[in-house]
Amino acid sequence: MTTFTNVPKHVEDELSRRNFFKTAGLLVFSFSTGSEARAQAGAGPYHDRDFRQLDSWIVMHEDNTATFYVGKTDCGQGTGTSFRQLMSDELDIAYEKTTCIMGSTDITVDQGGSGGSTAMERDAWPMRRAAAEARRVLLEMGSARLGVPVNQLTVSAGVITVKGDASKSVTYGQLVGGKRFNVALTGADINAVTGVAKLKTVQEHKIVGQSPQRYDIPAKVDGSLKWAVDVRLPGMVHARNIKPAVAGAKLMGIDESSVRSLPGFIKVVSKGNYVAVVCEREEQAIKAARQLKVNWEKPATAPFPSSEDLFRYMRSATPTSSAKPIVVGNPDSALASAAEIIEAEYEVPFQGHTAIGPAHAMADPSNGQMTVYSNDMKSYGMRRGVAKFLNMPQDQVRVVWMEGPQGFGRTAADDAGCEAAYLAKEIGRPVRMQWMRDEETAWDTKAPAFAMKLRGGLDAQGNLVAYDYNALAADYNHLGYNEPDTVLIAQLMGMRRATPAAGSAATPSEMYAIPHRRMTSQVVGLPLVWETPVRTGNLRDPNGPQSTFASESFIDELAAAAKADPYEFRMKLLTASTEEDRTFRRARSIACLKAAAEAYGWDRRSSPKPRGTGDILTGRGVAYTFRNQTVVAEIAEVEVNRRTGHVWVKRLVCAHDCGLVVNPESLRRTIECGMLHSLSRTLHEEVQFDTAKITSVDWISHPTLTHADTPERIDVVLVNGDPDPDRPDLPPYGAGETVCKPMLAAVANGIYDATGVRLRRVPFRAARVLAALKTARV
Amino acid sequence: MRNIVLKVNGRVHMLDVDPATPLLYILRNDLGLQGPRFGCGLGQCGACTVIINGVAARSCITPASAVKSEITTLEGIAKEGKLHPLQQAWIDEQAPQCGFCQNGQIMTAKALLDKNPHPTDAQIRAGMNATLCRCMTYYRVQAAIKRGAKMMAEARAAAEKGVVA
Repeated sequence: MTTFTNVPKHVEDELSRRNFFKTAGLLVFSFSTGSEARAQAGAGPYHDRDFRQLDSWIVMHEDNTATFYVGKTDCGQGTGTSFRQLMSDELDIAYEKTTCIMGSTDITVDQGGSGGSTAMERDAWPMRRAAAEARRVLLEMGSARLGVPVNQLTVSAGVITVKGDASKSVTYGQLVGGKRFNVALTGADINAVTGVAKLKTVQEHKIVGQSPQRYDIPAKVDGSLKWAVDVRLPGMVHARNIKPAVAGAKLMGIDESSVRSLPGFIKVVSKGNYVAVVCEREEQAIKAARQLKVNWEKPATAPFPSSEDLFRYMRSATPTSSAKPIVVGNPDSALASAAEIIEAEYEVPFQGHTAIGPAHAMADPSNGQMTVYSNDMKSYGMRRGVAKFLNMPQDQVRVVWMEGPQGFGRTAADDAGCEAAYLAKEIGRPVRMQWMRDEETAWDTKAPAFAMKLRGGLDAQGNLVAYDYNALAADYNHLGYNEPDTVLIAQLMGMRRATPAAGSAATPSEMYAIPHRRMTSQVVGLPLVWETPVRTGNLRDPNGPQSTFASESFIDELAAAAKADPYEFRMKLLTASTEEDRTFRRARSIACLKAAAEAYGWDRRSSPKPRGTGDILTGRGVAYTFRNQTVVAEIAEVEVNRRTGHVWVKRLVCAHDCGLVVNPESLRRTIECGMLHSLSRTLHEEVQFDTAKITSVDWISHPTLTHADTPERIDVVLVNGDPDPDRPDLPPYGAGETVCKPMLAAVANGIYDATGVRLRRVPFRAARVLAALKTARV
Repeated sequence: MRNIVLKVNGRVHMLDVDPATPLLYILRNDLGLQGPRFGCGLGQCGACTVIINGVAARSCITPASAVKSEITTLEGIAKEGKLHPLQQAWIDEQAPQCGFCQNGQIMTAKALLDKNPHPTDAQIRAGMNATLCRCMTYYRVQAAIKRGAKMMAEARAAAEKGVVA
């Protein structure tokens, strides 16, 4: 059998740079089958990179190219390209002359990996300051080399030239290529890291604001990119898990004789309720995992209510925690004196991350150390988690980050890495772990289910004067970031935290000026707290889609009661105050809502519109929100088939303001795909379970958006208009998650406009829509 | 004993594996062709798609012993160092997000266009519908298919012109 070793290019580059192998570079590593060579290559200890050293961030090469090292990972939105743009601009080097290495724990500084849409908003700043400092230092070196003061030098595309004398020049590569800067940076933590150089102003940017194509895409379409799923090492074996047949079941016995005679069988590994099988070949491991006879004892009590019974259960449960209520004015007396009171309840079920590729990792135990090849978005967290879990010194563990299927937060609690590492230590050979589809869909992390109740009071003129919001989230024991006592393998082995890390229920994010309001939120738990497939984690704005579904649907219900146009009703609430915050969020909310309506061609009228006569009813719905400083307004044009209940969102408009835009074309695609991901959650996604196990186990029982569902037109308007011309330009804020928030309400509002029927329970699968239409005699 | 013979991207391979082994694992683990990927193992998502006899096939549920014709994988559609027009269209359109499913998107689109060089929007939607993407790149993938179809038509026209001349 041929053995392939696909060591990622950046590891190879890095090892060459460290000069471990003077001549052959990684060739020894790649083609040797001996464990000795593998053990030597890149052997630890793997110390943390010093983020206060310029050399940790930037390496200049003799050919006047640069490599940037950043402690981030890319979940599929092309953040690496944007980092390169920002750093190239500050360094004054051509974008094409740079490369970017991301997220491998022993070669990049620890910026925590990815999460929270913080790539541009927070983590790009230390990178930019490091690049600016490198430019400053290079100019000083150039000054010494050329014998003229820095203020008589210009720099462009990595070439320093004496002003007025083009014959006198020196390149960055000539000054420091192949050598170390040896320049210390300062800063209390990695986010504060800085040199003494000043950053460029927005007006000085040449590369930021352009749209170079993403550097990662060509290798993704020609099949040459090596992903975390592709790593193959000499002597490796394949593993598969065997999950409890029933949630909360106890392992009573394993009949190893049921698989012992299978070809390639190596070992059954088991501890507590964790069971895995290891075989020489992948298909052998799959077969053995299916065939292994395991005796499970069902739990005495049901682990959870059925998904049909979930919201009744949540409303009757005693909350495990309550957030401090947010109160403005006197909502009770305002409600009591309102001319009309509107009340509604909304429900969003558990929704899975359900990545297109299941959890996977390769772990190599060579040399008594542990290297995990993983797509974990928080590779640094995985390194800490694996070290603690295996009781190994942290400097003996490294995680090599490689690309993987987008998981929307799934890999923040990436079980496969810990599993592969545990098994590799047990077996003493490199182990590749991969979950199966039914396992991933059933046992991956879930966005918490929400039940929300809202009340609103209108005065005699139809003005919203009182507002009361309450949210219940099933989010007790919210998963963390690969902590050794929260990953699933640790839970199954019986490890327990003293107290679960409780999640939270969200309150709406909008700038509506409502004189009296109260917002409360509470968390409830399900009976089974540990070892449960209904375990909550961070799914793309962990709580925003749920809370915004309720808040922006309810604003539409209030507008309908006031017989007001839904856009004008919102605009009135936004303009009822002039109070601003430091990022002009009110003005930017108004600008976004206006831009969305203009792009759509919104006609002013109240909802619902007069009902059509054919099978297809059409309507439009709007919703708006913000997440941190990023503001978004979305409009959905929907078609509802009154005969089948099928909903098609024919057109989407998004007006988006995330401050400074680094790469407009890349951002547009991130926005389009984020909206469609949320549309999938709106129309299709729900984790279903009976009182013993999850029954959503594949793409039939857990459907997702398809090509046929895709809108025929999507318009994205990048607003980013600074409302105050005298103020410095806005910095970049986060993108990726904000757009996921308003979609559920925009579609619900569109369905109401088309049919007059209000849907308050997600998802809007055809059967649910049809039942609602029939009840309303549409 | 070499009990399985597979022709892939123009090369013949003889392997000694269980003939019931799904083609996907042989391509990925024995032949190092990792364009096709495991997504579901159930033939539902399309991440593992290869082209056999002009038909887009799900290699995760295709036993190796059942394959009698040549297999084309993502690695095999570029010709003479030049990307297939669809691959170029994918880059021009900047279609992928994470890219994990794009093997299936590209290979399914290729099989579609090879049979129907000028599909309508409805035919593209129907033909691509069982090829899933969790990043939801569908909007750009559909644009890339139309762009690729145009590039392929232009290439055919140029070739015909060349023959006439």
